[in-house]
Amino acid sequence: MSTTLFDKVWDSHVVRKIKDGPDVFFIDRHLIHEVTSPVAFLGLKSRNNTVIYPERTFATADHNTPTINQHLPVEDPLSANQLKALEENSAEWGISHWGLGHEKNGIVHVVGPEYGITLPGATIVCGDSHTSTHGAFGAIAFGIGTSEVEMVLTSQCIMQPKPKKMRINITGGLGKGVTPKDVALFIISKLTTSGATGYFVEYSGDVFKQMSMEGRMTVCNLSIEMGARGGIIAPDEKTFEYVKGRLFAPKGEAWDTAMTYWKTLSTDEDAVFDKELTFDGSEIEPMITYGTNPGMGTGISQNIPNAEDVEGGVATYKKSLGYMGFAEGEAMIGKHVDYVFIGSCTNGRIEDFRAFASIVKGRKKAENITAWLVPGSHIVEAAIKEEGLLDIFHEAGFVLREPGCSACLAMNDDKVPAGKVAVSTSNRNFEGRQGPGSKTLLASPLVAAATAVTGVVTDPRTLL
Amino acid sequence: MAYDKFEILKSTAVPLPIENVDTDQIIPARFLKATERKGFGDNLFRDWRYNPDNTIKEEFVLNNPVYKGKILVGGRNFGSGSSREHAAWAVYDYGFRCVVSSFFADIFRGNCLNIGVLPVQVSAEFLDIIYKAIEADPTTELEINLGNQTITILESGEKESFDINDYKKENMLNGYDDIDYLTKMKEEIQDFASKRPF
Repeated sequence: MSTTLFDKVWDSHVVRKIKDGPDVFFIDRHLIHEVTSPVAFLGLKSRNNTVIYPERTFATADHNTPTINQHLPVEDPLSANQLKALEENSAEWGISHWGLGHEKNGIVHVVGPEYGITLPGATIVCGDSHTSTHGAFGAIAFGIGTSEVEMVLTSQCIMQPKPKKMRINITGGLGKGVTPKDVALFIISKLTTSGATGYFVEYSGDVFKQMSMEGRMTVCNLSIEMGARGGIIAPDEKTFEYVKGRLFAPKGEAWDTAMTYWKTLSTDEDAVFDKELTFDGSEIEPMITYGTNPGMGTGISQNIPNAEDVEGGVATYKKSLGYMGFAEGEAMIGKHVDYVFIGSCTNGRIEDFRAFASIVKGRKKAENITAWLVPGSHIVEAAIKEEGLLDIFHEAGFVLREPGCSACLAMNDDKVPAGKVAVSTSNRNFEGRQGPGSKTLLASPLVAAATAVTGVVTDPRTLL
Repeated sequence: MAYDKFEILKSTAVPLPIENVDTDQIIPARFLKATERKGFGDNLFRDWRYNPDNTIKEEFVLNNPVYKGKILVGGRNFGSGSSREHAAWAVYDYGFRCVVSSFFADIFRGNCLNIGVLPVQVSAEFLDIIYKAIEADPTTELEINLGNQTITILESGEKESFDINDYKKENMLNGYDDIDYLTKMKEEIQDFASKRPF
């Protein structure tokens, strides 16, 4: 029978099928961080259970770490306490721990691929919804709750009903100034924030074939924002090239065996999906959001839609625009902006900083803009320096911070103040996401850069 | 942590007719810093319940003494966003045992089931009927019968059935959780793990 890539990976990890219930699903690699793991370790202890395969779990601190002066003690006592709990729990159970100050520390979904923890055909979970990032490698990767973190620690399994399957094809090519982030925001704007709930999405078509691994990670990362549990892209030569030689990737004979398997990981020609959608890549322009969920996005040259023209309730739509202080029919270009944030598990990789640099080079940061440039890891930070991007940033009036989740979710000190507008390359524009009362416009690193040098929402195509 | 059994719940309900209620509204990230599962109910819908100076926003439904009960009735696509189980803990800790909506986000629904909060998905039409019944009379009681998989508006007798898989239903009726199940199959899992290539 013809099967999809998703079926191949999923079915090979089912330990037991329960009639009218979930599958007992084996997890190859488990990523943990300081926020969603402490209660799982407490649960483990209270039941007198143990960590079954500590070598399959990897810990890093990212959500509430500061992004300046990381060599100093963490000031917030609650954050410090969570970081300490992660360190102690990891030490107690023999789990690799890359805490603050460690050379491998960084955002969990950035360091996972960098160190070869992420592999094609693997199952990867983490107590974080953006675990979908790792699907870029042909892995099944998704976010889980803390009860499930405890399950994986003690049994290396979770209990999951198999999701339905959707394929999203994007044909053709992308226009000037259109990045993987725009592709993702475009898809979400078409499907809405719940359009893929209950599905696992395979991305297919020329646009994804031509996309770099980093771009594929950005797209898969945002799968959750349309409700999908995860996204997956068939591994190809680019994938294998990226993985080869990384710290935890198979070596020697194990590599050859893995490659033989990985080359089978694609959807059979006549396999059937529960839902299939196709878009034309040339229709996508640089995107920006105007509301309080990632589905409320539009091409940057467009105006804010009228309530009657969008799916969903009018009252909810108007509440959202009311929070943002925007009105139906207004143009997005030219809107006043106070903060620009480039970073996060969505756009905190080296290509994102290269894109940002391509626009700010030879220009100056606008005076009204506070800019936070936050690399996703120390590897990204080092590359920014080695490639000369740091000099470009400094000359343009920007400062580079240290790795972490930063202003994506306002758990650390990087918070956008109430009433202020931020153009952010992160993943969520929910009310107060970047700080109580903050207003977020999600966009690509190019839009962020164009906005950072002009001080207002700007179409990057005018500066390229 | 196993939880209380869930069989029949009869209660008034709190209406929250807003769509796409995300987990950052249910509990903002800055309240996720605990290392124990305690006190999350105080921060349920924190920024909708309180002003920045911690005074109460009187217009928000949780601050209206007319509405109370163990059932929260939310709009379509309830619980979208982050995987934080803290959102489900906050709902539970505040005193809710059931969330009713016409559509749930996946991870939130799973988290609820794992901690003993029952997500009940009804049709958009029935959700509207519930809202109207509560609006007409806030003392309207709903009955959730897990065994029969039904939700009933007691005054009018209007009723709808809801889906839940047999495994999760048995778990909730008995107060078991997945860890109880998984720890019993350790050898089977070890055998499986020994055959994994990486």
